[in-house]
Amino acid sequence: MAKILLIGEHDGKTLNPSTAKSVACAAEIPDAAIDVAVFAADGAEIAAQAASLAGVNKVIRVDRAENENPLAAVIAPQVVALAAGYSHVFGPSTTFGKDLMPRVAALLGVNQVSDIMEVLGSHRFKRPIYAGNAIVTVEAPDGVPVVATVRTASYRAVDTGANADVETADVAAELPTHTRYVELMAGKSDRPDLQTASKVVSGGRALGSSEKFEIIYELADAMGAAVGASRAAVDAGYVPNELQVGQTGKIIAPELYIAIGISGAIQHLTGIKDAGTIVAINKDAEAPIFEVADIGLVGDLFTIVPELKAALG
Amino acid sequence: MDRILVGLKRVVDYNVRVRVRADGSGVETDGVKMSINPFDEIALEEALRIRERGEAAEVVVASIGGSEAQQQLRTGLAMGADRAILVVADSAVEPLSAARVFMKLIERESPELVILGKQAIDDDNNQTGQMLAALWARPQATFASKLELGGGKATVTREVDVGLEKIEVDLPAVITTDLRLNEPRYVKLPDIMKAKKKPLDEISLAELGIEDAPKIVAQQFEPPAARQKGIMVEDVAGLVAALKDKGLV
Repeated sequence: MAKILLIGEHDGKTLNPSTAKSVACAAEIPDAAIDVAVFAADGAEIAAQAASLAGVNKVIRVDRAENENPLAAVIAPQVVALAAGYSHVFGPSTTFGKDLMPRVAALLGVNQVSDIMEVLGSHRFKRPIYAGNAIVTVEAPDGVPVVATVRTASYRAVDTGANADVETADVAAELPTHTRYVELMAGKSDRPDLQTASKVVSGGRALGSSEKFEIIYELADAMGAAVGASRAAVDAGYVPNELQVGQTGKIIAPELYIAIGISGAIQHLTGIKDAGTIVAINKDAEAPIFEVADIGLVGDLFTIVPELKAALG
Repeated sequence: MDRILVGLKRVVDYNVRVRVRADGSGVETDGVKMSINPFDEIALEEALRIRERGEAAEVVVASIGGSEAQQQLRTGLAMGADRAILVVADSAVEPLSAARVFMKLIERESPELVILGKQAIDDDNNQTGQMLAALWARPQATFASKLELGGGKATVTREVDVGLEKIEVDLPAVITTDLRLNEPRYVKLPDIMKAKKKPLDEISLAELGIEDAPKIVAQQFEPPAARQKGIMVEDVAGLVAALKDKGLV
């Protein structure tokens, strides 16, 4: 039987949807008991949310003042202290999990399986490499814990409504003080979250400026969609970094993805390959985005986008 | 500070469209252009800028690989690194082994700062920096888009899913780079000539006495599932009709 310790991600108040998606991945491991660990300053509410996820065996709540903000160097020794007796230690492949889990793996003396996209057995997984241009089947070694991150775009969140037990654990690990949280500069937005939205409207370099990028926001708002961007648009300063979609940005799987003025570099396409329907709007009929688009429209985005907004709004 | 250690990995060039071999044994690398991993180039650029501001005396670049990785180290020297170390390995090493190698180099070189790329664009693992920080029992500041030094500390702005996070770490520390930390310089021809005279030491992996890590075995490679080529529409009306047809609007 597999005993899986899954590290829950949260912002101090709310469990991140990446956790429910990671539970879905862990649940594919044969005969698995999934325990979710919540490291927080006061994790009562977060633990209750984790306990409601279908398929969770129990929630382990570790409250320490040092867990106020998610610092990998602080959380990793606590994960290691809890990990004894577990066959698997999983986390989401978000910036939180990517930062934390390799530190855990090194402390446990194992390599990590990054970005699980498919479970083939308790130790066999598929994962993407080369920006998703190849998929490799890997087998993790027996007799040591399997430390892994879950490519959340490959999984649908499990249902809620369950009622697992919540246990409080005291973790005696000594925690370092060499790493200190200063602040989070997050764009305030009432728009849907890019990582979980069912519809995403994304803009590229062709928008030309942050002022002109406004038409992307307007279309997105008319559709109730989240806003994304290509690396080129972020590098050019049209939009902040958290909107970047692609190999080194966010990997997303909305039902509808509308790429506007995005040529479709392979590094961008890897971020959207699980989208249900991809729409491409570009003036260059030869743009690689049309190779993967389900619906393509060649033309001037500055004409098309307002028309589309009027038609859908 | 005295020294910054930077890792340079030799990888298939960013612009190459990688193909899986027909027999599923790996990806085609024969005759393919190889380069420094782009994130590592950013790491080196940052180290050079710190040295040029007078905040570090020496920048050492290190790679793990076959003798062909000398090429990337020479490029690093041409960019401005002071010297290079090649840890000669016959086959690719996994992240934990790479971290153990860098731990040995830290013991030899005593750097105050180690800057690595956040991930290599071949295996996309995103592990080595975090693992090295764990083995070293020192801070990690991953996905850095801004780095400021002073008073034995580094203040690092990190690109995280919800925006930018600022943390402060005591030195020595491991930093891993994100794309917007800087724009690496171009190498000029005279610098390439000069780089040939800079020291490039070779150490064999065996000589370092790295403990074996349990291996994650790559069993089979396959191309990703292809998306079906879709339809082209003539105008916005056609697009809206197609979206309605799929029940998306």
